[in-house]
Amino acid sequence: MDSMQGMDHSTMGHDTGSDASSLSPGPDMETPPPPEAGSGPPRAADAFWGAKAMAASREDLRRSHGDFPVFWFQGDRFETQVRDAKDAYLWDIQGYYGGPTERLWFKSEGEGEWGLSPDDAEVQALYSKAIAPFWDVQAGVRQDIAGPDTTHVVLGIQGLAAYRFEVDAAMFLSHRGDLTARIEAELDQRITQRLILQPRIEANLSAQDIPLLGIGAGLDRIEVGARLRYEVRREFAPYIGVDQSWRIGNGADFARARGQASSGTSFVAGIRFWF
Amino acid sequence: MHRMRGGAPIRVGFDELSGPAIDLTVGHGPRVVQGRKGLGIAVNGSVPGPLIRLKEGQTVRLNVTNMLDTDTSIHWHGLLLPFQMDGVPGISFPGIKPGQTFAYEFQVRQSGTYWYHSHSGLQEQQGHYGPMIIDPAGDEPHGYDRDYILLLSEFTPLDPHFIMDRLRKGEGYFNYQQTSWTDDYPLSAADRRMWAEMRMPATDIADITGSTYTYLANGRGPKEGLEYLFNPGERIRLRIINGGAQTFFNVRIPGLSMTVIAADGQNVKPVEVDEFQIGSAEIYDVIVTPREAEAYTIVAESMDRSGMALATLARRPGARAAIPPPRKPPLLTMGDMGMNHGEGAGGHSMAGMKMRDPALLPPDVEFGPGIDMVSMMPVDKMGDPGLGLRDVGHRVLNYRMLAALTPNTDTREPSRLLELHLTGNMERYMWSFDGRMYSAVSDVPIRFAWNERVRVKLVNNTMMAHPIHLHGMFFELVNGEDAAHQPRKNVVIVQPGASAQFDLTADEPGDWAFHCHLLYHMHGGMMQTVTVMGPEASG
Repeated sequence: MDSMQGMDHSTMGHDTGSDASSLSPGPDMETPPPPEAGSGPPRAADAFWGAKAMAASREDLRRSHGDFPVFWFQGDRFETQVRDAKDAYLWDIQGYYGGPTERLWFKSEGEGEWGLSPDDAEVQALYSKAIAPFWDVQAGVRQDIAGPDTTHVVLGIQGLAAYRFEVDAAMFLSHRGDLTARIEAELDQRITQRLILQPRIEANLSAQDIPLLGIGAGLDRIEVGARLRYEVRREFAPYIGVDQSWRIGNGADFARARGQASSGTSFVAGIRFWF
Repeated sequence: MHRMRGGAPIRVGFDELSGPAIDLTVGHGPRVVQGRKGLGIAVNGSVPGPLIRLKEGQTVRLNVTNMLDTDTSIHWHGLLLPFQMDGVPGISFPGIKPGQTFAYEFQVRQSGTYWYHSHSGLQEQQGHYGPMIIDPAGDEPHGYDRDYILLLSEFTPLDPHFIMDRLRKGEGYFNYQQTSWTDDYPLSAADRRMWAEMRMPATDIADITGSTYTYLANGRGPKEGLEYLFNPGERIRLRIINGGAQTFFNVRIPGLSMTVIAADGQNVKPVEVDEFQIGSAEIYDVIVTPREAEAYTIVAESMDRSGMALATLARRPGARAAIPPPRKPPLLTMGDMGMNHGEGAGGHSMAGMKMRDPALLPPDVEFGPGIDMVSMMPVDKMGDPGLGLRDVGHRVLNYRMLAALTPNTDTREPSRLLELHLTGNMERYMWSFDGRMYSAVSDVPIRFAWNERVRVKLVNNTMMAHPIHLHGMFFELVNGEDAAHQPRKNVVIVQPGASAQFDLTADEPGDWAFHCHLLYHMHGGMMQTVTVMGPEASG
């Protein structure tokens, strides 16, 4: 953290320092209140207005100051992909309902060729709990809604890593006993106040070959992209970008065996939105 | 949420009401500021609401009728009164139901400049506030020729619940002064990496900015020409009230110095300055003596410099002076994280320092996801003029320059120290005392014995300044003055990463609200009830 040496220190401590000797005398160690301070909840108003009349307003105050729920819905990627082969669509949405530390999350992503049903699609329902200032741990279920019918249990972590990388990493254990994992990271780079470049990386891993799903053991697929969005409003940002994906190792073999390309480049255009 | 169609258009500015019985009506209606339309809540049909002018010693009955379709309330900010008349629903009374009239009745035990506002929901943001003057029973300590109110606030066309929602969902929603590849902030690449590494924005000066706010002077936007007339050489008393829901203002009058004569309604020894920062709900009375110029501009710049409220001291109607352009937005520094040079410590190393070290917190602080930072070396910054004013090159007020004009009556040495930590998580928009939001401590008050004299130390473990307000009592800032002259206030700004102390005589029995006066921080959880026991409890 040598970089901190470079910070502008000229404004620090200027006329702001403490000089304890000039303060009026007083205790400098915290001690508990005396017994005369009483105990129990604050109920002084009950004597004037009645406990019943106070109860509703007390509850309203408690529920509106601090831990109250909000509903958030985000279309992080909602795009068309222009490829050498047939053009495709992709969605990647998520949202939550809950307070600042405890939330119910849902996620869905999928893709397919225009005019056809998706090749790949899933929905997740998760319970999410804050474990650190910037991190939530998430647990729940995932249902694949395209391809072979597969249900997974999910254990993941989502949050903001150092340098402001938005990270979403999860392990999936399918009802057939297959263990896979996915790690996604995105980084917002502001070019101006509204023009934002977002590099993105996604890696899909598997503990075993899953021939049924065409997934190879180890690092199966990696995807790197960059999206340039313009925030017309914070909640609404059209973007363009490029996305490159590779199947790796056994995953690449599975792809070739199925007559699919083992890598591909897409030019993308879409909107990012939330409310 | 309120359904707020209909209602008469809300007027700008205020009438004056006085006497032993005062009728107030809270209603809603459309509001237009500089062509921007919104839905407002107003007392007696105007924003700000009427000036309530009382006399020290009188008894007053304030009949408040609620014409909204939700509950409302009026809190008399800074007034000494029985706690059940303080007007905080859920703490001091049940609130005022739609269609109901509530009579506040109390004896006026003080004098000075005050204000009133809703303590229900987010109504204060929508215009539910007004000024209050209490004339002293005896003579004013200072003579003056004219007496004006300047009530600063904000207008937004947005529903305040929408604002709260956006703050909780993050993304620096209202900040359009963030660092970018094309900004001209004096930050090196290494600085930028360090801020990014910490996941803290150096530009987080104000949560809500001029991107939605139009800053108001007595309800008027900067283009709506609020003016105060003067004759050269007259002494003019300006009673400056920050009624902003979420804004710190920096106030100056280019070409004129200001003599501060009162803070939060209480007289102080006159002190001459060129500028001062005023936190939400703070009040400063100043005397200015305009001379030769035709006009002087009163500039109240938002602390993040994203906008300003303006007024003019004019020799004749329509006279105007130059309006200074907004200054460059300030940046947070490592000092605002509580990294401060020790006195004479010489060199320093940041290596090995932790952003969030629980060992630096007392054990009664709940250390969890709601705390994203622990101030490393919090020092008392009573001498800090405030963010953006530390190097402006002219005289800026700070708390060390304030001294009570008349000696305080209770000069006992405090019998104990109470240490409270201001805590928060910027990303989740959680705010709290000691790591617990109000929702977790609504039944756990901060308790004081009757007439107990306590030193309260506030330690700010966040990178934002918080104007902390105690209802129902004045405290005395521990600012280097002797106990008899520590200035009496009811709001104290605790600078980012720093500490501040006040001495309190707990002599007003009952339950009182204690909170950050930034409205959205209070709703984010930075609030707790203070319970003062009555004399009967100490036998």
